[in-house]
Amino acid sequence: MLSGFAGQLLNGLAGASTLFLLAVGLSLIFGVTRIVNFAHGSMFMVGLYVAYSLAQWLAPLAGGAAAFWLSILLSAAAVGALGVLVELLVLRRIYRVPELFQLLATFAVVLVLRDAALAIWGPDDLLGPKAPGMKGAVQILGRQFPQYDLFLIFVGPAVLALLWLLLRRTRLGVLIRAATQDREMVGALGVNQAWLFTGIFALGSALAALGGALQLPREPANLGLDLGTIGDAFVVVVVGGMGSIPGAYLAALIIAEIKAVCYGIGAVQVFGASFSFSKLTLVVEFIVMAAVLIWRPWGLLGKPQGMVRGAAAAEAPIRPMRRAGVVATAALGAALLALPLAGQAFPYLTVLMIDLLIAVLFATSLHFIMGPGGMHSFGHAAYFGLGAYGAAALLKGLALPMELALAAAPLVALAGGLLFGWFAVRLSGVYLAMLTLAFAQIVWSIVYQWDEVTGGSNGMVGIWPSARFASKTAYYYLTLALVGASVFALRRMLFAPFGYAMRAGRDSPLRAESTGIGVIGVHWAGFAIASLFCGLAGALYAFGKGSISPETIHVGRSIDALVMVLLGGVQTLSGPIVGSAVFTWLQDWMIRATDYWRALLGFAILVLVLAFPQGIVGGLAAAWERWRPPAAAAEGRR
Amino acid sequence: MTALLKVQGLRKTFGGVHAVEDVSFELASGELLAMIGPNGAGKSTCFNMINGQLAPDSGSVALGGREIAGRPPREIWRLGVGRTFQVAATYASMTVVENVQMALLSLHGQLFRLWARAAALHRSEALELLAAVGLGQRADEPCSTLAYGDLKRVELAIALANRPALLLMDEPTAGMAPLERNALMQLTRDLVKERGIGVLFTEHSMDVVFAHADRIMVLARGRLIAEGAPAAIRDDRQVREVYFGSGRLVRTAHAAAPGSAAAGTRAAAGPP
Repeated sequence: MLSGFAGQLLNGLAGASTLFLLAVGLSLIFGVTRIVNFAHGSMFMVGLYVAYSLAQWLAPLAGGAAAFWLSILLSAAAVGALGVLVELLVLRRIYRVPELFQLLATFAVVLVLRDAALAIWGPDDLLGPKAPGMKGAVQILGRQFPQYDLFLIFVGPAVLALLWLLLRRTRLGVLIRAATQDREMVGALGVNQAWLFTGIFALGSALAALGGALQLPREPANLGLDLGTIGDAFVVVVVGGMGSIPGAYLAALIIAEIKAVCYGIGAVQVFGASFSFSKLTLVVEFIVMAAVLIWRPWGLLGKPQGMVRGAAAAEAPIRPMRRAGVVATAALGAALLALPLAGQAFPYLTVLMIDLLIAVLFATSLHFIMGPGGMHSFGHAAYFGLGAYGAAALLKGLALPMELALAAAPLVALAGGLLFGWFAVRLSGVYLAMLTLAFAQIVWSIVYQWDEVTGGSNGMVGIWPSARFASKTAYYYLTLALVGASVFALRRMLFAPFGYAMRAGRDSPLRAESTGIGVIGVHWAGFAIASLFCGLAGALYAFGKGSISPETIHVGRSIDALVMVLLGGVQTLSGPIVGSAVFTWLQDWMIRATDYWRALLGFAILVLVLAFPQGIVGGLAAAWERWRPPAAAAEGRR
Repeated sequence: MTALLKVQGLRKTFGGVHAVEDVSFELASGELLAMIGPNGAGKSTCFNMINGQLAPDSGSVALGGREIAGRPPREIWRLGVGRTFQVAATYASMTVVENVQMALLSLHGQLFRLWARAAALHRSEALELLAAVGLGQRADEPCSTLAYGDLKRVELAIALANRPALLLMDEPTAGMAPLERNALMQLTRDLVKERGIGVLFTEHSMDVVFAHADRIMVLARGRLIAEGAPAAIRDDRQVREVYFGSGRLVRTAHAAAPGSAAAGTRAAAGPP
């Protein structure tokens, strides 16, 4: 038993090295550039693929061992170069736009790299060669332990030491540390930030690729690694402290060891019920992160982040719709009501429109907290999922009629929103984002494992609407009515004192608190309201599709919601509606048009980001302000 | 008459630094009391303890006889304390009038109303407040387009919204041009005299302090070293030595006769 436990701890050490390499580059990049780089997981993935190809290619040319190690190092270098390319072509153009918009661009890079990998390496998993000279196992405490894993244990600390030397003993290191503390000041002192950013992006990407490449003998290269690893990387960075290298190792060590211990304990009997600790491993890192964020919001070895000064232009005051807006909305409403008439000619149109309307509500509910509340939730899929699974479970488990299930499901999401929101609203910025991501991951893993209620990984089928709404047309009208009413209600709330109070708490917590506004309470209520409406979107989705699976609420859906809001423009009220419509339509059209729809969508997002750095609606509004005659502008201002 | 604000034995340490040590003073309604002192004297710490942003280590802060030390800012505000900040804190995404309306909505306990149109609530009252600070014409402009001096006026209007008994102003004229400074302080003075509000303010500009304060407290290294009428403070030997070093404080034109001043000064630590 004891030796088995020690073996698990050794496994944990090997795991810690892998996690550290995966995350440390992300921490460096975030510390210096303040970019939440979603593409970091892609660099890990590409690193593994490139190492696989290099190993195959070099094997006949060089000796076995030389080929293997060379391919790992060359892969890191190659992906470092790829990082330079991404920085120069994409990120460099958007350092001046709000931080979240950069996130959107990095997500586009994820999509493009995913399809590039699909095109080059194909959809199948590829397992690399064993490391020459480390194919066997050694006897440790009476157990077999793979030699390669033993080697990995030392790689993490070695890289940690090298990075420490780089940061403490070189001029570049001084600049990196200075920029992590105050990047504007470094710029003001005459350092060429552009090249510093490029350099840090290359270094970070190379480290991720090194981590990926070292997995060559252990794990097959596959296309799910990009988004599959990015969550882990975020967790390590946040737990360790943004920008802290030793923190990243400490966090990786803690998480890997806790996971290993959970595997080691396995199933235990608690009060007669069996509880499997190994099932916990899917979420344990997120539980650790949630605990750390609540206890020490800036991470174990991190420091509270310095302010980034004046990133975005001030938002314009919200105004009720002008005449033209009212007319346009009425026309849109009429068109939507008449749409099923065209449905006879294009039956698919009704189905697409249901999806689109649900996406509109999903995005609008996220915008409600993200825009006016300033709470950038990275886990909005949780409430979508709670609504969808709530509806399904109420229909199947409690045998409620569909109408009742649809009405009650949002309350499930509301309960989740109240619970998670209570913790989340105490944080801000990227920390809030990460905590919401953690909660979403916890919901996902519960859904994934709770076979009796959620159907586990298979999901649930046969969640159909009642006879009254069985036809697609009837369901379309139901969706249209509910989404229309919800969007109107959300908008109305933003013009009400509550919406103003949310914005007050976002604009100046200091002023708000000193004029009697309890910012945390207001934002908590906002979070709960958003989760309620998001839950309705989820329930509508479940009945619209007739089935749900854990895939429905995976991290990708949270990101979709972010993309929709940012694409439309977070500072405008109609932004999320336009953004979600454009995104859903683009995605649907591209999926049907090509196998490489992700890359196409990624390019489309990049073009939109570069052309409309304030989102589509924000960009159009700004263009209108510039274009229209001064007299009209003065009149509009009044 | 009982004092509006009565502070006794206020203390705060940060690590080993005694930021504020045993500070006691009183403030009456309708009085403008200035708190001055060199950087690091503990002015802001004192302020933040009275406002509720910091909890004192020990000591008492009583507003109209009610203990408020350690309560959160929003409760203290509800008890009738308005506040302006060293760097103007306003809501950049709202119009000028909406900034003031926000405080009125909070005052009337309407923050959680989900359906009413906020822009229509308390508008006329907010416009009156803006007119009082001279911003009536700019009510519907976005707050983000205002010049800094005007932002300070918006803050003043916000601070007056709950009809405060006490106004705390942290460097009300910081970052303003000299002419603007005097205009703002004159406005503040007129408003508070008219409404019987007690004002505690910190200030670096000695011109402003000596022109507008009824009484002045001098803080140095966390301790109150002198307190009295402006003329007395100007000529107080201890103030000159400990805080101002030697040399003259303000232009001679403002100076009063040295003889009368010493009698008006008293040691601050002693009982009133």
